[in-house]
Amino acid sequence: MTCLPKKTDKKLGLVIDLDICVGCQACATSCKEWNTSGYSAPLSDHDPYGADPSGAWLNRIHSFEATSAEGLAKTVHFPRSCLHCEEPDCVTVCPTGASYKREEDGIVLVNPDTCIGCKLCSWACPYGAREYDYDDGVMKKCTLCVDRIYNENIPEEDRVPSCVRACPTGARAFGDLGDPNSEVSQSVAERDGFNLLDEFGYKPVNKYLPPRINSVQAAPAVEEPAAPDGSRLEKLFAWADKALSR
Amino acid sequence: MAHKQPILDTSPKVSDEIRQTTCYMCACRCGINVHLRDGKVNYIEGNRDHPINKGVICGKGASGIMQHYSPARLRAPMKRVGPRGSGQFEEISWDEALELATEWLGNVRKTDPKKLAFFTGRDQSQSLTGLWAMKYGTPNFAAHGGFCSVNMAAGGLYTFGGGFWEFGDPDWDYTKYFMLFGVAEDHASNPIKKGIGKIKKRGAKFVSVNPVRTGYNAVADEWVGIRPGTDALFVGALIHELFRAQQIDLDYLIRYTNSPWLVIQDPGAADHGLFARDADGNPLVWSNEAGDFGSGKVSDLSASLTGTRTLPDGRTGRTVFELMAERYLDDEYAPEAVEERTGVPATQIRKIAAELAHVAFKEEVIIEREWTDAWGRKHDKLIGRPISMHAMRGISAHSNGFQTCRMIHILQILLGSIDCPGGFRYKPPYPKQTPPNLIPHGAAGDIKPEMPLGGPHLGFPHGPHHLLLDEDGGPNRLDKGFSWDAPMSAHGLMHMVINNAANKDPYGIDVLFMYMANMAWNSSMNTPGTIDALTKTDENGDYVIPKIIYSDAYYSETVPFADLILPDTTYLERYDCISLLDRPISEPEILADSIRYPVVEPDRDVRGFQTVLIDLGARLGLPGFVDDAGAPLYPGGYPDYIVNHERKPGIGPLAGFRGKDGSEYGVGEKNPDQLKQYIENGSFWQQKLDPEHAYFRHANRGYLDWGIEKGIRLTPDATIFQLYSEPVQRFRLAAEGHGDRQPPERARDRIQTYFDPLPFWYEPMEESMVDTDKFSLHAITQRPMHMYHSWGSQNAWLRQITAQNRLYIHTSVGKQIGAKDDDWVWLSSHQGRVKCQVKLMDGVNPHTVWTWNAIGKRRGAWGLSDDAPESNQGFLLNHLISELLPSGGGGYRYSNSDPITGQAAWFDLRVSIEKADGDEKTEPFFEPLGTGNQKPSPLKVAFGAEFRRKAR
Amino acid sequence: MHPAYSVIVFTTSSGAGYGLLFWLSLAHMAGRLPGGVMAFVAITLALALITAGLVSSTLHLGHPERAIGAFSQWRSSWLSREGVAAVATYIPAGLLGLIWLVGAEVGFTNILAMLSAIGAVATVYCTGMIYGSLRTIRQWNKGLTPVVYLALAGATGSLLLALLMSFFGAAAAWLGALTLVSLVVAGAIKLAYWRQIDADPGQYTAEMATGLGGQGGSVVPLDPPHTKPNFVMREMGYQVARKHAARLRRLSIITLFVVPIGAVTMVILAPGAASMLYLIATLAAAWGVATERWLFFADADHVSQLFYGATRA
Repeated sequence: MTCLPKKTDKKLGLVIDLDICVGCQACATSCKEWNTSGYSAPLSDHDPYGADPSGAWLNRIHSFEATSAEGLAKTVHFPRSCLHCEEPDCVTVCPTGASYKREEDGIVLVNPDTCIGCKLCSWACPYGAREYDYDDGVMKKCTLCVDRIYNENIPEEDRVPSCVRACPTGARAFGDLGDPNSEVSQSVAERDGFNLLDEFGYKPVNKYLPPRINSVQAAPAVEEPAAPDGSRLEKLFAWADKALSR
Repeated sequence: MAHKQPILDTSPKVSDEIRQTTCYMCACRCGINVHLRDGKVNYIEGNRDHPINKGVICGKGASGIMQHYSPARLRAPMKRVGPRGSGQFEEISWDEALELATEWLGNVRKTDPKKLAFFTGRDQSQSLTGLWAMKYGTPNFAAHGGFCSVNMAAGGLYTFGGGFWEFGDPDWDYTKYFMLFGVAEDHASNPIKKGIGKIKKRGAKFVSVNPVRTGYNAVADEWVGIRPGTDALFVGALIHELFRAQQIDLDYLIRYTNSPWLVIQDPGAADHGLFARDADGNPLVWSNEAGDFGSGKVSDLSASLTGTRTLPDGRTGRTVFELMAERYLDDEYAPEAVEERTGVPATQIRKIAAELAHVAFKEEVIIEREWTDAWGRKHDKLIGRPISMHAMRGISAHSNGFQTCRMIHILQILLGSIDCPGGFRYKPPYPKQTPPNLIPHGAAGDIKPEMPLGGPHLGFPHGPHHLLLDEDGGPNRLDKGFSWDAPMSAHGLMHMVINNAANKDPYGIDVLFMYMANMAWNSSMNTPGTIDALTKTDENGDYVIPKIIYSDAYYSETVPFADLILPDTTYLERYDCISLLDRPISEPEILADSIRYPVVEPDRDVRGFQTVLIDLGARLGLPGFVDDAGAPLYPGGYPDYIVNHERKPGIGPLAGFRGKDGSEYGVGEKNPDQLKQYIENGSFWQQKLDPEHAYFRHANRGYLDWGIEKGIRLTPDATIFQLYSEPVQRFRLAAEGHGDRQPPERARDRIQTYFDPLPFWYEPMEESMVDTDKFSLHAITQRPMHMYHSWGSQNAWLRQITAQNRLYIHTSVGKQIGAKDDDWVWLSSHQGRVKCQVKLMDGVNPHTVWTWNAIGKRRGAWGLSDDAPESNQGFLLNHLISELLPSGGGGYRYSNSDPITGQAAWFDLRVSIEKADGDEKTEPFFEPLGTGNQKPSPLKVAFGAEFRRKAR
Repeated sequence: MHPAYSVIVFTTSSGAGYGLLFWLSLAHMAGRLPGGVMAFVAITLALALITAGLVSSTLHLGHPERAIGAFSQWRSSWLSREGVAAVATYIPAGLLGLIWLVGAEVGFTNILAMLSAIGAVATVYCTGMIYGSLRTIRQWNKGLTPVVYLALAGATGSLLLALLMSFFGAAAAWLGALTLVSLVVAGAIKLAYWRQIDADPGQYTAEMATGLGGQGGSVVPLDPPHTKPNFVMREMGYQVARKHAARLRRLSIITLFVVPIGAVTMVILAPGAASMLYLIATLAAAWGVATERWLFFADADHVSQLFYGATRA
């Protein structure tokens, strides 16, 4: 049903910390390996050993050089997948009802059994998060690992999306962004988490935490302490002798 | 209207079974859970209990499925039937293959064992391969460490008995300031990522020193975009500033280092620059308490750090501390003096020095915990200087890497930050003694037909007396390791083997036997030259390297050049042993080792290389591989060996689950159920260290004694940090004419110059010999996090991420040559030129160009089609890097390596750049390799479709 | 946006078909449509063009066999609405055709014609709104988008009707006026549309998309996620060179408006060669509308490309 639910019980989503993502691709390939035999299996690859290899991936890692107004360039690794927006047109434009937003948790899914592969939903997504599988003829997208997060066949602590389970730096967190007390909501509040393309108005559930700079408040410069006459070397030796004789 | 949505099965079956083994998608060796469904691998995730990765997995690890099912896998033993490189092979049986190998190897062993060169690449079984080569009796064995990390291993082990590389880790839980020098992510990949995540979240400062701002460096709080090869100037300037501001840990220096030791000052004497010693050989210090000379080994807290003393024999002695202070307080290392050369502004150097001092001395970490030091002094707390550092190939791959690495360690030690809370921590079995008491073997007298070598090939010479020379004082090893060309080459020089063999310099060989090393492509310097060497013929038209045996799992660029192929398994089909005797997986507070076991059986006629090697050992009748009656000692192959081999009584390849019932560790009887117990435990074993043993292990009485008990240490003595290195000075003395082992005249100056017992910066070799006005840029590689050497390109998932590399240049360089993104350029060095496409960026040192490592491929290899981007647009810098330096005075061409350790100086490369016209194709563009009996690769992959169909 | 030929054929063919249906229905209601074979041929041609277009549109579906499902979501989806409207229009139009085929004399053909005309407008409007409703593409997300679709359907439909009637010797002066007016109106609307999209630089930036760059900074891609283009880049990142686009725009103005308007003017001035001139006008307009449609896609920038190097969208 492609009308959006009036409200969802939860707003499950991801919080991605751009401050610590090193761009290792773990989330991308873990996503690929889980989902290629999961809910939307397979995620086909074309010309995998040839001139133009490409395939359906639900999570892709960009890298950007972000230059501040002062001219300082910083490399930022930038994972991008479906943001499970609260009010996305990718759902409402779907003619068949294959694309829908779940009422219980807000996950946006495509039903691979009813999707006709018209690709209109991908046109409606400003984030480029929907991936058409040319081989399977249906649209694929991040499912937030709906077949993991409630799966009673896997240990409870593993019931998180495969990307979160994999991430070595801990740059990805999963939780209910509708609950202001959840860990993810709190980290968003503390770190000024932001929406991608907030101006667009789809109200993304996934949030990004901005890169930040940790610093040390040290004395501005190492000052050469006053010492008796003599060369720098002698001063050092005198200091060493004095310090050790205490 | 009510919201309608499909009803989902949110608890679908994941797999039939989970088997736990060890990853091999890079050298990190994480624990993995391999999910199997219908006998197929369908999901691989990190093992949460594993000490290395604690559940996480990386981009490579999660792509293991596509490696395991790679179309480039070899399928059966093969014998070459066409010319080398043609890829014309005939499949043969294992019996025939092993008989042929036995015949070739047996003949050499009966006549001249030196004529076998056995070198291994990215393997993780050097304790077995080394043993095999030792029993065989050839001096020509090493793994790939000589072109990878020997500067780090040697620099660390000679200095403080540990090292960067895999021997230690920052104390991620307590460190407040982390400096990373030139680290890519193929060693300790997940631990470093986890650590960086941890410290960034905690608010610790992360400073990266790297010409390129990608990967780990991207998330650094401060980036030092240094010019390649100048790190020792930068570090020297930091030390200069710390000395100048008197911000060093004197107490730490007195307790744990040789800084109070007295150095003989008697220029011209045979022992000038060595330590003054007492009759028992103990180094002397001046003890203020005793008012007399004392031993430097007892950690005399009253020892004097300063002062020129008249030694008991009447000569003069000065402390290491004084010599060191003199060296680094020199204006040569002043921030202003180094700023132009390093490209690091003096203000930034001063700021970092101030921050180091502040964090070390104003923000110390104190853990209330009792411990006893090596000399019996009890302490009620652990005082930490929370500065940690890590370094790897950016330091290692320069010809000044050994001295630079040592200088970084000196910086750490001056700050008191080795193995303290918040500092850089050893991973057991480290620390070892300094200098390490493992001596190399394989000198001329040691090599006799059908006789094993007297000991292991690789080690750490303490002076010229430990060199491996022939009767004339020349190199006895084919790679010239442990000769005057590279005296302290603790890992050998694999990068020289093929070219030396083809040039018969120092001698020719009969059989070249290699494992898992892509020497005909991205693992060689001067790839075109190496290919020529592999195919070089003599006047009779016979190959100069007559026989090449090669084992690998995949159809790499090297396979077509071999005469006999022994096909290896994938990592999910094999036994392996990641042993404390080799490169263990320990973490700072955990002693650990691990195994691999076949979680799936091979569906091809392939065998694990280690099992094949053991079989060959038995067929050759090598001692240690057959019993007295000549019957194989390990008929069950590698798993049999892993359980039943003993290096010393009670010490075998695996330290865990020893003793009859598996209850002992370290030292204990063989346990027939050992592998079963490993498998039940997730394919690893770990022992947590006693908290009292967690820090200051170089001088922690409890730890040292425990180490002896468990067989991981040889002496109960403390490891005293060697800021001043006596072994290095011994070589310099020889170059000055002292001693009976003398370098050839051409090498005297070189040794005298570079063998400085106190680390110093010198201009990298290539740079000092080529026209740097012409070759004004540095060229280096970085490792993409999702690729491991050449392996990734056969992986249908990973190659999508990077199917082509570009040359990244600074925006200003682009402007200068008028190039924009994707334009083609010629990149030239003194060796040759390559044509490639550029990408402009700002986050790179303006004098440096770089590209991703090992993406360029040769047509015909890795199951890729001939029009693959890897071979048509992708390129290697290797073509530009000579294995030899230009000839200096006298015409002799030294290896393009560190003059001390022989470490391949990949990153010394100097280049020029200009825009290119013509075809949009890389050059040099090699003919496609023949693809032998390999089946064509599929045109489509839809992995997992079968699981979904089944689920429906 | 990638100009998929199946979609270009669909919208041009069915647009012309609905335009023809619209005008012939109106003509019938006004009593200006000759009966008999001519009416039947006209409505058959309209339905054939519509059907060809719809069939063509299913060619770009991954699962055309499931297309029936596309009628279900008319509450939210313009594509679904278009499907419903298209099918609904078949009923009065089909009946009309049937009646004209058998030549039955019934009294309610005007009602059927009216329903057909309404259906045609509704369907083309829905088609236009499929594009017009997408906020991700600023060139499409304009009030004029469905108007352009309607106007071009009207213009091409009127040409077809004029051509047919001239073939059947029923060319009348009002036809010339009708086609001329529809072409001029369509041309004016299309030119206004182009002026509108050219004046809109796009309100979204790469900095907004990534949240990076801070105040006054910039964001440029270093490495794309994958070396080779993916679906999103192929589908949404299609780029046509500015020069080439301008040339095509001129070509489409000439073929879609200048030539037909000239031809129709000549018909009005010299009705003798009506068939030939209408044929020339129709063929030129067909070429022109296909070019216009190709450009409609190729000119369209998708917001997702902000992640792939576009600075504004």
